[in-house]
This record gives sequence, C-alpha cells and structure tokens, in this order.
Amino acid sequence: MRFSGLRVIKEALTGHRGWKPLWRNPEPKPEYDFIIVGGGGHGLATAYYLASTFGQARIAVLEKGWLGSGNIGRNTTIIRSNYLLPGNEPFYEFSMKLWEGLEQEFNFNAMVSQRGILNLCHSDGQRDAFRRRGNAMLLAGADAELLDQDGVRAMYPFLNFDNARFPIKGGLLQRRAGTARHDGVAWGYARGADLRGVDLIQNCEVTGFRIEGGAIRGVETTRGYIGAKKVGVAVAGSSGRVMQKAGMRLPIESHVLQAFVSEGLKPCIDGVITFGAGHFYVSQSDKGGLVFGGDIDGYNSYAQRGNLPVVEDVIEGGMALMPMIGRARLLRSWGGIMDMSMDGSPIIDATDVDGLYLNAGWCYGGFKATPASGYAFAHLLATGRPHDTATAFRLDRFRRGALIDEKGVGAQPNLH
Amino acid sequence: MLIPHPLLGPRDAQEFTYLGDAALLDRPDGMAEGAEAAFFDYTYLRDNPAGLHRELWFHEQGDRSWLVVTRDTVTHEIVSAELASDIKRRGGA
Repeated sequence: MRFSGLRVIKEALTGHRGWKPLWRNPEPKPEYDFIIVGGGGHGLATAYYLASTFGQARIAVLEKGWLGSGNIGRNTTIIRSNYLLPGNEPFYEFSMKLWEGLEQEFNFNAMVSQRGILNLCHSDGQRDAFRRRGNAMLLAGADAELLDQDGVRAMYPFLNFDNARFPIKGGLLQRRAGTARHDGVAWGYARGADLRGVDLIQNCEVTGFRIEGGAIRGVETTRGYIGAKKVGVAVAGSSGRVMQKAGMRLPIESHVLQAFVSEGLKPCIDGVITFGAGHFYVSQSDKGGLVFGGDIDGYNSYAQRGNLPVVEDVIEGGMALMPMIGRARLLRSWGGIMDMSMDGSPIIDATDVDGLYLNAGWCYGGFKATPASGYAFAHLLATGRPHDTATAFRLDRFRRGALIDEKGVGAQPNLH
Repeated sequence: MLIPHPLLGPRDAQEFTYLGDAALLDRPDGMAEGAEAAFFDYTYLRDNPAGLHRELWFHEQGDRSWLVVTRDTVTHEIVSAELASDIKRRGGA
C-alpha cells in the first residue's frame, strides 16, 4: 500500500474502506539473524535501515509495550544539527540530511517541517561562543547564520529584548532545523520495516540474555526464548536495567525530563526558539499548542513524571523570554526517562559480549538523532564497523579519556 | 519532594544539590594496585537501579551537610535520610 495524494482522494470518494493496518502482528519465530531490543524510534529505524539499506533479512524488533511507547512518543519534536564538537556535529548533520529525505524514503508523512531554530544569546561572550559553534557547523556541512539584535527582532518582535538582566543581543539561526511529527516517525519506520519483512513483536519484554562462551545466543522474553546471531539493544532510559541482565554496568544514569504543551493558540511562533540565559525552548505545534521544555529534574528517576520545582523553573524561563506566554494556559505536562551519559553524548558500539551491541546514552537529544542513530546502528550490526559519522561514540571512550563533552561539565550526568 | 533531614526535620528538596549514587563515598585508594581501573569504575560506571537508590544530597541552602538519602527511583518515595558523616564514621559507604 503506497500513500499518495491520489490515494487519499480515492479513499475519500469510496468511504475510506481501503485503509489497512500499517503493519502485521506476527508471532515470534524461534530464531532470527538480528534482534533489536526496543521498538522505539531508534530501534525501529535500525530495523528499517538493516532491511532497506543494508539488505539484511530475518530481523525482529522486540518491544515490551506498544511500538513508539517510549521517548519517541513523548518528546518535543525538534530536529537540528547545531553541535560544536567534531565527534558530534558530522553525525547530527548526517541525521539532518536523512530527515530532509525521510518522507520520500519511507513513503509516510512524518510532517518534517524545516521552520528553523534560533538560539538566543544574551552577552558578548555567548555571542562569541555561538560564532565558534556556527563555524563548526559550517565546517561539517550544516547551515548557520549569526543574527544581530535587529535580525532577531525582525523574526520574533514579541521577545523581551530589554530584559534588565538578560537582554537579547542576537542569536544563532539554523534555518534547516525544525520539527517533525514524532509518532509519525515511529510509524513510518515501523511500516517501512514491516513491508521489508521485519517482524515487529509487541508486548514482548526481554527478561534475559543467553550468553555462551562470551557470545550471544539469543534472548529470554516473556513470550519464550528467541535465538539470534546478533542482538542490538536500543532502549533509551531503560538501558541500565536491560544491560544489567547481560552483566554490564553502564556510564549512564536515568533521569526524568518534563515537557509541556499549552492550549491551542493561533499561529504566533514560526520556528523553534531557545532562551540562552536559562533552560527554556519553545515551538508551536501545527495544532496550535505551544510545546516547551527545559532542564531535567536532576535526580535519578524511572517515574516518567517529574516534580513542581522544575515546572516553575521552566515557566520562569518562558516568562523572562516572552512575557506573552503568561496569558496562555498550560494544557498538559509529562515526563520521559532519559539515559543521561557521563559526557552528555551517545554510545553506538559493540560490547564485550560477541554479537551484543548497544545504542544508548542519548540524554535528552535522542529524537533529532533518530534517523542517523538507526542508520549508524544498522551499519554497525550489518558490517561490524562503526559508521563514518559515529566513530567517536565508543563505549570505551570513558576509559580512554576521549570524552565528547559539549558542555564541558565532566562526569556529572545531571549537568549535561 | 521533602527530605527528612536527621537534624533539621523535613526540608524541601529544592534546598539540596544532587550528586548521585552514594557509592561515591567509597573512593578508591589512588596508590593501590589497579587504581586506574578502580577509578574508571568509580568515576563513570553506575548501578542506576529502578527501585531503592542510596544517593548523596548536599544541603547547600541549609546546614551544608551531606546526606545519604534512600529513595525509590520509580515512585520518588523517600525512605530514609542519614548524615553521610555518620556513615563514614561507622566505616560504611
């Protein structure tokens, strides 16, 4: 079943009787060549690229709940490639390029909208840092523009430019950044993988790994034992819990991050805006709600809900940046579990167990990375070598001292 | 969250700064054999449990004591809080 404008018109004229479920609901087979643990964005993307780009077969995705029930279903949908460090920026720019062709690639409307992201700066030092970051982005093939105050004013006249403590001096703009429909991304990858023969197995929790002679043999699940030649784990906030079943401790702490959405409003914010003096960012969804967020709560948590002090902190940031937000009512808030790594950067690597691979440590930046993460993980699983843009995301970099610490705050996950 | 401070009674968690797993109290001996591996483990690896977690909170906006708080990471329920100095004095971590 191919989606197209013509198809929508045809279905509209024939009572929408032709739409079918987007994927099968298969029983697990006794053995697969590849098992991906985790049916979220990264796991589904990995299965998709394994089957499509790398031409592999006999692939299954095992998901504890329903597809896309983790962080792909609860993020703030921003896509961007505005990183500084050489270990990161080429990877995120690769992801940005995959976003740009994603909907044609998997024939599904992921509502990728390149509406631009503007990082505001509030001091001369911050402007210098943004200039450096913009140059790093340009060197990696991304786009970046440094705006002065007038340039920002032309885009967003409603911002609080003359805030006594944090006046807005300018901003770093990436026009190709933007937002995407988060669930649509999961569904598009799931459908694309299913069409290429991947078994998407839901309500199937991995309860253990069968490891013999230092090599993976398969996984124990709530639906019985399933054999596998290679197992890739992409379970975000649950990484510590799952890898502990394989006897591994990770350089990761799980933390809760909250996000918020206001009541639906008329269009007022075209792109994504981030406050440079506190932690606050905002965009407006196509339904009209202001989608915004800020810092993690800062303590280990698996609760998928946070506490009020961070709500207050985020809203204070919003009020300092754009006082008009005080007139909007908050509709919903929720929390997700972040796999905060010790340097704030991800891990895509093999483990000490032969055939067991790990994709983790995305902190609160995993959504934008979904396509490249899946691509690079599939590359690693299929070829045994890291993808060219992901060579720095090694598990042993902490032991080697080769950290990728964008913020330079050290081994303190709640500061990243 | 309210943290039951052993000296000051229930205090708002906002008065505290969070550091992490209380295993950090048990700093390896830098002069010992295998110190490099021990420090890698100490600095970077965490148990990260879902459930009861013993963790270090610093009462920065209060009496500036370090507490070891036992808290459930699934429910955020705080089970107990002790002075880290008491635990060290007893020779524990």
